[in-house]
Amino acid sequence: MPEGPAPALVAEQFDDIIQQRDAASFGMWIFLATEILFFGGLFASYALYRSLYPAAFAAGSHLLKVAYGASYTVMLICSSLTMAMAVRSAQLGRRKPLIGFLVLTLLLGAAFVIIKLRWEWYGDYLEHLVPGVSFAPQGEALEVIRRFGAPLSHVALFMIFYFVMTGIHALHMVVGVGLLTFLIIMAYRGRFVSGDFNTVEMVGLYWHFVDIVWIFLFPLLYLIGGRY
Amino acid sequence: MSTATVEVPALPEVHYLNVNYGWRSWLFTTDHKRIAWLYLVSITFFFVVGGVAATLMRLNLIEPQGSLVEPATYNKLFTVHGLIMIFFFLAPAVPTVLGNFAIPIVIGARDVAFPKLNLLSWYLFIAGGGVFLYAVISGGVDTGWTFYTPLSTTYVNTNVLSAAMGIFISGFSSILTGLNFAVTIHKMRAPGMTWFRLPLFIWSMYAASLIFILAMPVIAITMVLIMLERIFHVGIFDPALGGDPILFQHLFWFFGHPEVYILILPSMGVISELVAAFSRRRVFGYSFVAFSSVAIAVISFLVWGHHMFVSGQSIYAGLVFSALSFAVAIPSAVKVFNWTATMYQGSVSYDAPMLYALGFIGLFTIGGLTGLFLASMAADIHLHDTYFVIAHFHYIMVGGAVMGYLGGLHYWWPKMTGRLYPETWARLSALIIFVGFNLTFGPQFILGYLGMPRRYAVYPPEFQALNVLSSAGASILAVGYVIPLIYMIWSLRYGPIAGPNPWGAKGLEWETSSPPPTHNFHETPIVTEEAYAYGARQEAHVA
Repeated sequence: MPEGPAPALVAEQFDDIIQQRDAASFGMWIFLATEILFFGGLFASYALYRSLYPAAFAAGSHLLKVAYGASYTVMLICSSLTMAMAVRSAQLGRRKPLIGFLVLTLLLGAAFVIIKLRWEWYGDYLEHLVPGVSFAPQGEALEVIRRFGAPLSHVALFMIFYFVMTGIHALHMVVGVGLLTFLIIMAYRGRFVSGDFNTVEMVGLYWHFVDIVWIFLFPLLYLIGGRY
Repeated sequence: MSTATVEVPALPEVHYLNVNYGWRSWLFTTDHKRIAWLYLVSITFFFVVGGVAATLMRLNLIEPQGSLVEPATYNKLFTVHGLIMIFFFLAPAVPTVLGNFAIPIVIGARDVAFPKLNLLSWYLFIAGGGVFLYAVISGGVDTGWTFYTPLSTTYVNTNVLSAAMGIFISGFSSILTGLNFAVTIHKMRAPGMTWFRLPLFIWSMYAASLIFILAMPVIAITMVLIMLERIFHVGIFDPALGGDPILFQHLFWFFGHPEVYILILPSMGVISELVAAFSRRRVFGYSFVAFSSVAIAVISFLVWGHHMFVSGQSIYAGLVFSALSFAVAIPSAVKVFNWTATMYQGSVSYDAPMLYALGFIGLFTIGGLTGLFLASMAADIHLHDTYFVIAHFHYIMVGGAVMGYLGGLHYWWPKMTGRLYPETWARLSALIIFVGFNLTFGPQFILGYLGMPRRYAVYPPEFQALNVLSSAGASILAVGYVIPLIYMIWSLRYGPIAGPNPWGAKGLEWETSSPPPTHNFHETPIVTEEAYAYGARQEAHVA
């Protein structure tokens, strides 16, 4: 083995660290495939309703605030960069940069979740744009909907998909933040820098996947309907 | 295998069952063989619950007016029967019991790739099952196992929410099991165990794992949407609010049809093992059977629309789905022909596992061919939602999947326990099950053809004779299921010691002791020959 860590790091069902690494990353890729199918059900439903009700979806998109969506996009792309740097630091066996980049990734991810819940979703709630909780668009929002000539119930359908899709995405972000917290604690205790960087790599794959989902969500939800 | 060990068999001193004791050593085990036992006990429990529901249904149908329960209760009975049998018995049966026990041993590994994840799968299964049982006990659910909208989201007041939650949780158990098996088969094979030396059981389990991985997430998200619609009263599938109930059917059957192949593919793999072992011949056309499993898995994702011929789906979509459904019959038939060709000129012995295998081949063929009737659009308009459908899929699921499960359980029982079950009783119960099964479901083909719809607590009097026949068959079938339950528990203590290879079969699992040690082999096996290398006519691969 090229970079041989202590044999104790190899679980008993594996012959060597190479097999263990291969199994873990193959398992992670399969897990991400299940995630694609999980989100796939939502994207397929979104596609159907958008083709049935283009005006309502255009109107619904105009109710969202692009500034939020754009700043999330910037945050997540930056967090992908810092995550990649963290993985690289672990592979090079450099502990301090590893911890630093993990903390940066965590901060960006946590900022995403907090801004989304505290400001964007709460704002939607105050404007009565949350179907099932309080859906009665008023003022400017109602004008937009009227301008597109879309029935309220169809706009509600768009808002449902907006909340469900970004909600499940945010849930994945929360899980990711939890995983990062775990990584930071373990890295602080000296793990991941002696050839056992596999865990960091796996969390990295997960993190990039969740970012890529957002890259699809952002234009599909915030930028449609001839807005730009 | 030396003859000495067969003649004077003794249990090994240390094996996975006696290496440690106490409830902790079971509930916190990461040994795939012990986890198989956890599943065996759990799914047997669910099988009994689902079976009780079926018994009450058959009792009710003895009289045209319904002899036992209110129609509303009857709706709950068939819903509970369907959901439990599919999600908590059939889908996990072969994979989690026989797959968990046998896959690592058969491929020469010490354990699955992720033993802790394997245990987590069981806990998720129990959690999902617990939530579902709560739904049943606290009032039941009456939508049918398909949860069709807007019935399930708008109109019924039963426990759709907790039932859907139970399915959602147990779905992740299946996803993780599939993931674990796929990685294990890819990465954990013993030296020399190439893809084309794998026993066909492994190919089938691999194909089934792919379906677990790709189909279960879709039902999970669909259940989320159902739950959200019920909690928040939004209109995702409600036509009154712009939602599309047919979208639900697409999502459901995109999962639902591959799910059917999750139930049958693992059993097909078991049958390949049984036919080879009890015919003393290499499976005829090994690679055709191997690739037919993969082909079934792939095509299974493209046929879901044949459940929706009468749902207002476009006729052209229907034509394509119909043609693809006929296509999936080809790899299935390849298997049946190759099994029979394997037996041709083999030295066939009729031990209990082989009786189950023979039952499987006959009943699966009937189930498969009647499936073609239903895949034809014109015939389906008449047969849709009749007892013909019920009979068809029970020939696949009970005549096929359950027969395969029982055959495999008997085949690997000596390896799991170190002891033999009583062969005479086992052959007898296999015959009783075969007879009881055909009496139960044979008449239902005729009932369906005559137009008796499924899911009704009452029926016109002219259908009574066939319904009584069906109920009588069900009672014989129940006897056939109870006998193995008794003698298998008996054999745990009193069964004769089996020895490492009671069948004289080929395969790595028969080279280690019975029961195997915790890490399956005392030293990592090296594979030098193809699977099923029976007799001198096989090419000898010398390493």
